[in-house]
Amino acid sequence: MQRKTLFVYELKKQQDTPLFHLILKGWPQRFIPGQFVMLRPRAWEFDPLWPRPFSICTWEGDLLHLFIQVVGRGTARLSALTKGDAVECWGPLGNGFPEVSKPLLILSGGMGIAPFISLLRTKTNQPVRLIFGHRLDLSCYPWEMIPDHVDKRSFCQQSEQDLKEFELRLRDEIWQFKDKGLIFACGPRPFLEVVHKYGLESQAKVYLSLENKMACGIGACLGCVAKTKTGFVQTCTHGPVFEAATLEEF
Amino acid sequence: MSKVDLSVKLGHLRLKNPILTASGTFGYGLEFAPFGDLASLGGIVVKGLSLKPRQGNPCPRIVETPCGMLNAIGLQNIGVEAFLKDKLPYLPWSKTSIWVNLYAQTKEEFAELSSILAQEPGIAGLEVNISCPNVKQGGVLFGQSPRMAAQVTEAVKKKSKDKFVLVKLSPNVTDIKEIAKAVVDAGADGISLINTLGGMAVDIYCKRPKLKNVFGGLSGPAIKPVALKMVYEVARCVDLPIIGIGGISRVEDVLEFILVGAWAVQVGSANFTNPSLVFEMVKELPQLMHRLGIKSLDEWRNSLILE
Repeated sequence: MQRKTLFVYELKKQQDTPLFHLILKGWPQRFIPGQFVMLRPRAWEFDPLWPRPFSICTWEGDLLHLFIQVVGRGTARLSALTKGDAVECWGPLGNGFPEVSKPLLILSGGMGIAPFISLLRTKTNQPVRLIFGHRLDLSCYPWEMIPDHVDKRSFCQQSEQDLKEFELRLRDEIWQFKDKGLIFACGPRPFLEVVHKYGLESQAKVYLSLENKMACGIGACLGCVAKTKTGFVQTCTHGPVFEAATLEEF
Repeated sequence: MSKVDLSVKLGHLRLKNPILTASGTFGYGLEFAPFGDLASLGGIVVKGLSLKPRQGNPCPRIVETPCGMLNAIGLQNIGVEAFLKDKLPYLPWSKTSIWVNLYAQTKEEFAELSSILAQEPGIAGLEVNISCPNVKQGGVLFGQSPRMAAQVTEAVKKKSKDKFVLVKLSPNVTDIKEIAKAVVDAGADGISLINTLGGMAVDIYCKRPKLKNVFGGLSGPAIKPVALKMVYEVARCVDLPIIGIGGISRVEDVLEFILVGAWAVQVGSANFTNPSLVFEMVKELPQLMHRLGIKSLDEWRNSLILE
């Protein structure tokens, strides 16, 4: 883990959506899929105060690729960065997903696709199936970055009814896969709650990657804690990937 | 560059420089080891410790505010025993001063914590937390009454042997000078101030408070002017070392606090903004002092010109 000043290499906005790719130059280090970095542009000075955490999408050469959605002040200002802007970056942080030693089912909702891109692009002997739920047009997401050997299925949700159907789809996928291998999931909180629920019910081996507000990303602020069977632990250092069975609240 | 003297003498302790880390913003210190040399700091004040581990408050516990943040962590900590066994041995205690921030709900518990920590050669000083706004018992309740603040100070001092005892004051009081005088009379060796300012944040879209605890403590650059004023006031009414805390985010801020009467400072929320910051400040301070022609901090302290 190290801290470095990176420079904006490219910022690609996705049509008229709040989604964008941020590619930073100068990243020196390997990472485990599911790990994240903290970013803070130099120009922020005192406001916004906190750096922002993002899972690593991919890393090639010295280019660090992140996929980001504008959700508030910090991400809005990140989306206004331009080529050459300096960004302080530290990482990789957190534990990342476990090694893929068994067949894998990936459940991903919306921005929850980001931490899986590098994992899906890594060669493995194990069969990998991806179920991806999304709200915006599929072309806004890094769908094309996922290689063809992956059994990938996407489902668009634009209504309450779509969401209900997708929940049933997740339930069926989890129950059908439960004895075959590992399930990794990442997505918005309601999505993770559904996966958590059916994971516990079916006793499948499920790993959830959590997204919580963080002030530091290194275990010091105690702001991002998740409630596990052994008490509150920091999502940034004990996670962000947790075995679902150990989580009580997140 | 001519040599400048960064050292600070606090009673029998000699800190190599005036830059310490504030409790609750630097974990148990080890979290920051990848970002710089812990031994280069003037001191490390670790997360508030209680006799037994504490779980803290439910989430959300933190919220970002303009140039600052609110927290209502509720003193989640591993307890004094686990700290002494699992953390202290790995801290560079022979090379820098390690301070433990103490939290307890009664003065008897404060005394017990003090007597446990007094046995530890790795600990330079204690910081008595009578100012946490986020717990139901103890905390700021002790810090808002001069009588209770004095009782807690006395209880800690009786058992602390040669440890330097700082008392950390709350800004959430009518007159901070009264509390400062009370803890000095009760035997404190020094005062640190300020803890966070009480605050809240609400969300108009869901009509709910942004913190589960409703209230939290405000920190960050937003509170620096309040902290400077209080350090200035307390420095003029007590004759003990003062550690300035509140929104310190740049090396210039260190000299601002010393100018109004602090002996040293603690860097808090800025550790979240930049985990390398304190290490950078330690390197930058002598350069800034040299530029301003300051040879020692003793000479600079309390030298504010009022005309």
